[in-house]
Amino acid sequence: MIPHAIAAALLDAGQKWPGFELHPESASTIADGVDELHFFLTAVTLFFTFVIFTVIFYFMVRYRRKSEDEQPPETRTYLPLELTWTLVPTALCVVVFVWSSSLYFQNSRAPNAAMEIFVVGKQWMWHLQHPEGVREINELHVPVGVPVKLTMTSQDVIHDFYIPAFRVKQDVLPGRYVSIWFQATKTGRFHFFCSQYCGTGHASMIGWVEVMSPDDYAAWLAGGTRGETMLQAGERLFQQYGCATCHVADGSGRGPSLAGQFGKPQKLRDGQTLVVDEGFLRRAITQPNSMPLPNYAPVMPSFQGQLNEEQILQLIAYVKSLAGEERKTKGQ
Amino acid sequence: MADAATPTPHAAEHAAEHPSYLAHHFAGIDQQFEAGSLGMWVFLVTEIMFFGGLFAGYAVYRHLYLPGFEAGSRLLDVRFGAANTAVLIGSSLTMALAVRAAQMNRRKALILCLILTMLLGAAFLGIKFTYEWSHDYEDHLVPGMGFSYPGPNAPAIQLFFCFYFFMTGLHALHMVIGLGIMAVLVWMAARGKFDDGYYSPIEVSGLYWHFIDIVWIFLFPLLYLVGGRY
Amino acid sequence: MSAAPGAPAAARVDYLNADYGIRSWLLTTDHKRIALLYLGTITLMFFVGGTLAVLMRLHLIDPAGALVHPDTYNKLFTMHGIIMIFFFLIPSIPAVLGNFLVPLMIGAKDLAFPKINLLSWYVFITGASLALYSLVAGGVDTGWTFYTPYSSTYSNSHVISMAIGVFITGFSSILTGLNFIVTIHKMRAPGLTWFRMPLFLWAIYGTSLIMILATPVIAITIMLVGAERILHVGIFDPALGGDPLLFQHLFWFYSHPAVYIMILPGMGVISELITCFSRKKIFGYSFVAFSSMAIAVISFLVWGHHMFVAGQSVYAALIFSLLSFLVAIPSAIKVFNWTATLYQGSISYEAPMLYALGFIGLFTMGGLTGLFLASLATDVHLSGTYFIVAHFHYIMVGGAVMAYMGGLHFWWPKITGRLYPDMWARIAAAIIFFGFNLTFFPQFMLGYLGMPRRYATYPAEFQILNVMSSAGASILGIGYLIPLIYLIWSIRYGPVAPPNPWRAKGLEWQTPSPPPTYNFETTPVVTEEAYAYGPADSAEEGAHG
Repeated sequence: MIPHAIAAALLDAGQKWPGFELHPESASTIADGVDELHFFLTAVTLFFTFVIFTVIFYFMVRYRRKSEDEQPPETRTYLPLELTWTLVPTALCVVVFVWSSSLYFQNSRAPNAAMEIFVVGKQWMWHLQHPEGVREINELHVPVGVPVKLTMTSQDVIHDFYIPAFRVKQDVLPGRYVSIWFQATKTGRFHFFCSQYCGTGHASMIGWVEVMSPDDYAAWLAGGTRGETMLQAGERLFQQYGCATCHVADGSGRGPSLAGQFGKPQKLRDGQTLVVDEGFLRRAITQPNSMPLPNYAPVMPSFQGQLNEEQILQLIAYVKSLAGEERKTKGQ
Repeated sequence: MADAATPTPHAAEHAAEHPSYLAHHFAGIDQQFEAGSLGMWVFLVTEIMFFGGLFAGYAVYRHLYLPGFEAGSRLLDVRFGAANTAVLIGSSLTMALAVRAAQMNRRKALILCLILTMLLGAAFLGIKFTYEWSHDYEDHLVPGMGFSYPGPNAPAIQLFFCFYFFMTGLHALHMVIGLGIMAVLVWMAARGKFDDGYYSPIEVSGLYWHFIDIVWIFLFPLLYLVGGRY
Repeated sequence: MSAAPGAPAAARVDYLNADYGIRSWLLTTDHKRIALLYLGTITLMFFVGGTLAVLMRLHLIDPAGALVHPDTYNKLFTMHGIIMIFFFLIPSIPAVLGNFLVPLMIGAKDLAFPKINLLSWYVFITGASLALYSLVAGGVDTGWTFYTPYSSTYSNSHVISMAIGVFITGFSSILTGLNFIVTIHKMRAPGLTWFRMPLFLWAIYGTSLIMILATPVIAITIMLVGAERILHVGIFDPALGGDPLLFQHLFWFYSHPAVYIMILPGMGVISELITCFSRKKIFGYSFVAFSSMAIAVISFLVWGHHMFVAGQSVYAALIFSLLSFLVAIPSAIKVFNWTATLYQGSISYEAPMLYALGFIGLFTMGGLTGLFLASLATDVHLSGTYFIVAHFHYIMVGGAVMAYMGGLHFWWPKITGRLYPDMWARIAAAIIFFGFNLTFFPQFMLGYLGMPRRYATYPAEFQILNVMSSAGASILGIGYLIPLIYLIWSIRYGPVAPPNPWRAKGLEWQTPSPPPTYNFETTPVVTEEAYAYGPADSAEEGAHG
């Protein structure tokens, strides 16, 4: 592939002169596609710049003023030329737009089987949680060749999670979940950066993605600081904060049973229907009265401020796991 | 003017060709009038964009928090809102009559209509400040000044009132400025500055006044009538 | 004029010596004096903003930060952005060159509303004073983009005073734009139809449309941020029930058209310079004129391209991406038309022309790098990095500032009645061109490599490119100091300028240098099209006045 070859050549050059790299690492499945478009645009830029510079330079020399009374000929408009240099750039733009948009569309949809990791950005560090319970700060261990989906939120202001080598970036917002996905293509250590200004420590909110072979990753996971898995933590919080009091599994409590609810559509009192996804659950925990349900009194208290974003993610992991419980309750 | 010589014939000619209300940089009274008119229309366009930002924010949050916005709207007193609407429409009528009076060179009618417009405008502000806003303050519905609402949807209601006070406050500020403009016009009319050949300040101020009225016509249903049952 | 024939030239009264004393300046309604009031103010703001930039670049020589604490660095880039954008770039060409030239170019005695013009300057310096106060009181650290909830809830800096300063200054923009629109519509001299107007006026007109339509929206947005900060109501802070993305939409709805406020007038200047210094009518007049209008209109439809990774929907992103590509087309049309104007021309290389040619080259590069950012797939990688910084500096500095310098030099004899030393001007132009490229080209590379912007410290592998950029910045700084010196020098010691030293077309050149207060003795009548450089040229100077 041409872009791969160019990238490799530039990388080589960069290695020869450390500190003067010309090309970032390409370490994900989408990197080559993005680079291909980038090189094309670079070529277009250089081409048109070269053409304009050359033509101007040529005119500057050829038509330089030789005497004060010389009379340039009349300027005649020439419509075909005007139309050409209007339509050709337009066509070029449309081509690039179509190419770029389809690439973007393709790159934005996570494969279904992606393994999930949960990220909370806060001033000025990144907390990353693996479902198995391992937690990291400013480091992200992932296996190579496996699609990984990051579900992210911020504890405070807007941050941004950016992994240059993977060509992925996403603003991380407080109050909602956003997600990106990537599949690493080689092992190694790659920077990640916060790239949305967030205050004093914005430039220190950086870390490393550590891509390992699947075996090494499994070993790392197993040997990691043991504690509860996210699911276990969520279950503990569910009891600790009294959720179980109202959300009884068989539906006999003051609140609805949560068994099997994740992923289903839910009608609200005002008529609109929403899917019970992570964002829904987060809002239900922090602003329950903004989404009253048809058959239940709006008496659920808000847990905003009592639970931090990581705890909310753990609760959500627990609620997700209740999918299997549905069969049990239906049978009764 | 920095003329080295100021001969008397020029001064006389000056007075004849350049009425005192014609500014020196204009080629003629028509150009001045058209420029003033266009200037006011352009200014009103900027005002539309100014209020437009608030309307856009209102639209977004109303979509997101409809129950809260409806509840907040029901806490407003529609009777006062309706009364204010009638008052403002009336003031636009008197303003239009003022312009007409100026066109027909009827100075007393002009001054009367301007004063009526001012009275109606003041009535609007009076109703707003004394009946509406002061009661809202007593009921703890003013964000940032001891807002508290015991029922459900309190944050959305607070947001509603934030927009309510911003939008009606900005509107009221424009009314106050309008009253100031009216006062100046009354003073100028009393001094005989207007006649049927020159009344563009009245016309142009009339445009401003009608604009303020139209903004209110949008504000009233969006803020007062959203809640449904009243 | 009033001087009797045969009287010495020194007795001629012009707008500069028509009246003396500070009152005659501070209470003037003469558009030309107001233009000079603006010139002084924005020059001051330019050098304040420029000093902040120099400090930033010195700091970035070292990956760990050479000069200041990160908090201070964050304030430096914030204040640099706010001052350069709101207090230099947006007013520069419209308030200085526009105020001076619009009445002259249309054959009028003044703008439609001279007192409002003066008011706009007072409003401007009030806002600027608040901005400078915020700077010395400790600065603002939110970034010029004031993203919430950082600016509305978390920042501990002087956000409110700065916000008020920007809010107030916005009205200066609105009043200026209003004045220009009414003037161009209603006060053109007899015979000056729309399509005989110099393209500078088309550009100013387009700019004014943007000014009046977009600026009120930022005013409201700033008000809402202030309200949230002071009253703690949840408009943009999710913790209080607000939506941070709404802020971004409202902010960019103004700030994208604002960047066209900054570049369109520059394009207008270039049209004047290219035609004069190649002594040819512009190629494709109506295409250039309509392109100005197209840019003004389409500029309102592309704001979402600043938010491709912000969390906006994929479908919205697609629409904004397509429109962002389309907004590039009118600019491309202009570049091609300017280049074609040079064909078979009679080209000379005084400093204004060097700036104009530099503009075309650098604006082309800056504009084309915009395509990388309109393109969704590449923008994901480049957004929030130094690529963006390089892109907009190519347009703002390589484009707008070069156009401003070119225009300032071109009309300097008309404004001051003096000629500046052209050799020094050309040297400075060359230094600026070189320094500029050395400063900003490495930043394209830094961005592609992944270095985020607004970083007070950075990984060591980025150092060499940063040092190159800082070296360029020092050279650029020197380049800007040179004109400051010789232009001021020329006011007193420069040779006296004739009415039309460049033998240019345009009604402004039909007046003495400097013009009298009321511009024209009798209203000119226009009988020929713009840029009527041609066979009749050497004998007669065009319009009959």
